[in-house]
Amino acid sequence: MEKILEVKDLHVTFKTYGGEVQAVRGVNFDLKKGETLAIVGESGCGKSVTSNSIMRLIPTPPGRIANGSIVYKGRDLTTVNEKEMRKIRGVDISMIFQDPMTALNPTLTIGDQLTEGLKQHKDISGREAKKKALEMMDLVGIPSPEERLKQYPHQFSGGMRQRVVIAMALICDPDLLIADEPTTALDVTIQAQILELFGKIQERTGVSIILITHDLGVVAKIADRIAVMYAGKIIEVGTKREIFYESQHPYTKGLLNSVPRLDIEEDDLIPIDGTPPDLFSPPQGCPFTARCPFAMEVCDKVYPDSASCSNTHEVDCWLQDRRAQLVSPMAGTKK
Amino acid sequence: MSLAEKQKEPQSNGIPDEWFRPLDRSEQDAEKVSRPSLSYWGDAWQRLVKNKLAMAGLIFLILLALLAIFGPIFSPYSVREINPPNQNMAPSAEHWFGTDELGRDVFTRTWYGARISLFVGLMAALIDFFIGVVYGGISGYKGGRADNIMMRIIEILYGLPYLLVVILLLVVMGPSLATIIVALSVTGWVGMARIVRGQVLQLKNHEFVLASQSFGAKSWRIIRKNLLPNTMGPIIVQMTLTVPTAIFAEAFLSFLGLGIQAPYASWGVMANDALSTILSGDWWRLFFPALFISLTMFAFNVLGDGLQDALDPKLRE
Amino acid sequence: MLRYIAKRFLIMLVTILIIVTLTFILMHAIPGSPFNQERGTSEAVQANLEAHYHLDEPMYIQYLLYLKSIVTFDFGPSIKQPTSTVNDLLGRGFPISLELGLVSVIVAIISGILLGIIAALRHNKIIDYAAMAIAVLGISIPNFILATQLIQSFAVTWQILPAATWSSPKHMILPVIALATGPMAIIARLTRSSMLEVLTQDYIKMARAKGLSPYKIVFKHALKNALMPVVTILGTLLAGILTGTFVLEKIFAIPGMGKYFVESINNRDYPVIMGTTVFYSAFLIVMLFLVDIAYGILDPRIKLHKKEAE
Repeated sequence: MEKILEVKDLHVTFKTYGGEVQAVRGVNFDLKKGETLAIVGESGCGKSVTSNSIMRLIPTPPGRIANGSIVYKGRDLTTVNEKEMRKIRGVDISMIFQDPMTALNPTLTIGDQLTEGLKQHKDISGREAKKKALEMMDLVGIPSPEERLKQYPHQFSGGMRQRVVIAMALICDPDLLIADEPTTALDVTIQAQILELFGKIQERTGVSIILITHDLGVVAKIADRIAVMYAGKIIEVGTKREIFYESQHPYTKGLLNSVPRLDIEEDDLIPIDGTPPDLFSPPQGCPFTARCPFAMEVCDKVYPDSASCSNTHEVDCWLQDRRAQLVSPMAGTKK
Repeated sequence: MSLAEKQKEPQSNGIPDEWFRPLDRSEQDAEKVSRPSLSYWGDAWQRLVKNKLAMAGLIFLILLALLAIFGPIFSPYSVREINPPNQNMAPSAEHWFGTDELGRDVFTRTWYGARISLFVGLMAALIDFFIGVVYGGISGYKGGRADNIMMRIIEILYGLPYLLVVILLLVVMGPSLATIIVALSVTGWVGMARIVRGQVLQLKNHEFVLASQSFGAKSWRIIRKNLLPNTMGPIIVQMTLTVPTAIFAEAFLSFLGLGIQAPYASWGVMANDALSTILSGDWWRLFFPALFISLTMFAFNVLGDGLQDALDPKLRE
Repeated sequence: MLRYIAKRFLIMLVTILIIVTLTFILMHAIPGSPFNQERGTSEAVQANLEAHYHLDEPMYIQYLLYLKSIVTFDFGPSIKQPTSTVNDLLGRGFPISLELGLVSVIVAIISGILLGIIAALRHNKIIDYAAMAIAVLGISIPNFILATQLIQSFAVTWQILPAATWSSPKHMILPVIALATGPMAIIARLTRSSMLEVLTQDYIKMARAKGLSPYKIVFKHALKNALMPVVTILGTLLAGILTGTFVLEKIFAIPGMGKYFVESINNRDYPVIMGTTVFYSAFLIVMLFLVDIAYGILDPRIKLHKKEAE
């Protein structure tokens, strides 16, 4: 399948009082048409920064894309000027934010906010815009849309607001949708509905989705592939199956063990001890070393190269090195 | 052996085999440097010091306070001593800020004025503080109906045009240092009470308060020990900003003829007395009190802003 | 919404009643009677006063009659200007004061908001620092001090603008600058900080993610929300400006209400003091009420309270 997005060696830094924070430190991934890639990690691991970089929504200054490329349909977005970028935002790439309670402007009607993107980018009459808006409301499952268009955000429940936000993001028929923790702020029952909606939308429109989340339950539901991020790097990437059942990186395993799962019987949850490293001065070796139960001296000194476990499964871990098998029972446990 | 494992072979280049052994954690922990943790106040102070404008304001105010206390003592002239031959003299070596129409030394009178202005400002802030903390504290802590009623009262008082009420009070009570302070306080505490109530409400349900409640601590103890210290930040800022408001109000009242009465003179009274000199060219009589009112208000304002930034925990990195 | 208005209206009435009662109590608290202690009060005036204030009636009747006179907009005679009633003075002076006040309010709001927006959009750049330096100075220099310095420079030293009186638009420039600078500075600071806060909101990020132009983001999405806090302080600012007219009219020799008011304070013309205080307070309280209503209309969320309450 055709690749629509390719991120290579992306570095993003932020200047702060305490020095330069290296929020993203050489991230690589790609995305195919109609695919859903989940980027998973703890808060502060750089996953939101990565997604904001694709949209070029990093506040600059203090933030800055220090290195790397983001190639969307053959165009490197890191070199596109702001005016051109505005034509890409909303039209080619859209974004959904975490909290639907704050993502809608409280003083503008839903209809106004829904159609303004359309009016900005397409030469379209007010009536056509409204028709399209009603269509989108219908697609995301908002009842009595005609009436709802005239209302203000505070008249909507959280779940309904997130539906509006999704409709807003999709109204210009983008090819790529970035969803940054789209269900985190919602009730569990509503979460399920919204996730179902994502599936339905992808089926209808063929949009590619990058899903940013820390919630593995969400991932299990809708992702095709999963990238696990830790301390500004993607440490393991693979298909959903590979990550859930054949994960190689101790961090990924820890992450899976720390959430309740219904499909695997687990006596109790095992939290990962410790905290992620300070990204003011990231360690030269593997950033997980300090928390890793299988850490070796090499881990502390050198960051491992990516090792391929299959065509779709790559992991950055020294345990993949043959020499590690001598010291660690964990090494090379793949089938 | 799979293709994937073959790809791993080149990794051995440059990486010594002996690095592949379990990591000794003891040294790693020892190396760990944690950032020095500062107390809330220490942290706030450090940030205030970094704010040059606020520090300039603070230093100016300290100097002003010192001059207000000691300036008149070292001056060879008295505030009230009328000296007709010397009237309306321009600034000179003897009279640094010149003299007024009665031959009084403007320099000396300026520091007396500083005493009065600072005193009015500080007293107004202190009284506001006490009333505001008691009222706002009770309102916020009790909650429910008491809070509701107390807030309605505040809402109504808030709508009163405060300078008009002050004028009215002074017309009745007669202008003097004490009545000015009383009049300013009668109307001034409302803002403080609102802020205190807001802070108390925010903190009331915090775990540490619940904790001390479950140990059976009395309400008052909870307020005093746990709530008040945490509400201090915004309150200090509010107090700092009350002072220039009070200084302004006092000078304003002087312009209406409701200021401190002769022979003492606040800056407002001095400026008001000097109004007629605008056209005569004796600029110093108006200039010095005007300058010091403005500088003092400026200093308090920038200090207040600086404190706000320094004490706001949201800005902590 | 209706409920909100009704509540505000009630608060407004209570506030006005309080100020009226306060003037009544305070006037009667003055040792002796404020209405007959002064020398030089002619017998005719004395009789007028007694008739207006019903000084021979019991206190509560006096109070009720006083309330009645206020409601019917009759503020009684002046002691010092026997030919005029307080109403006459208000009729002469207030339009001028209102003109000065309104022009200053408009100048302050427009320039303050513009300054605030510019500073926010150039956050941490030189323009921002300059605008905020101007704002802190504006807040720190009292309007009457500024007025004297403006006269000294523009009227006396450079002689490009008239120093006093109120006869042409040119005469308005200095008093309006003196009166508007403080409120402008406050509005500018508030606009800036609230704009900066609004610009970090998710809905602004969302608007950017839609590919809207910076112009649209600022003026359609940010400004209205950013100006909400500004609307809430307009009432207080208005009070500041109106009371500011008192001293400025004195300094610039403008024949507005402030001139009569200051005179009445200096020669203890109590009916004028009472009348002016009540009139100005009522005016301001009504303004405050209107500002509240405006806020309710601007912020769609306020309508929600109505729904919740019912």
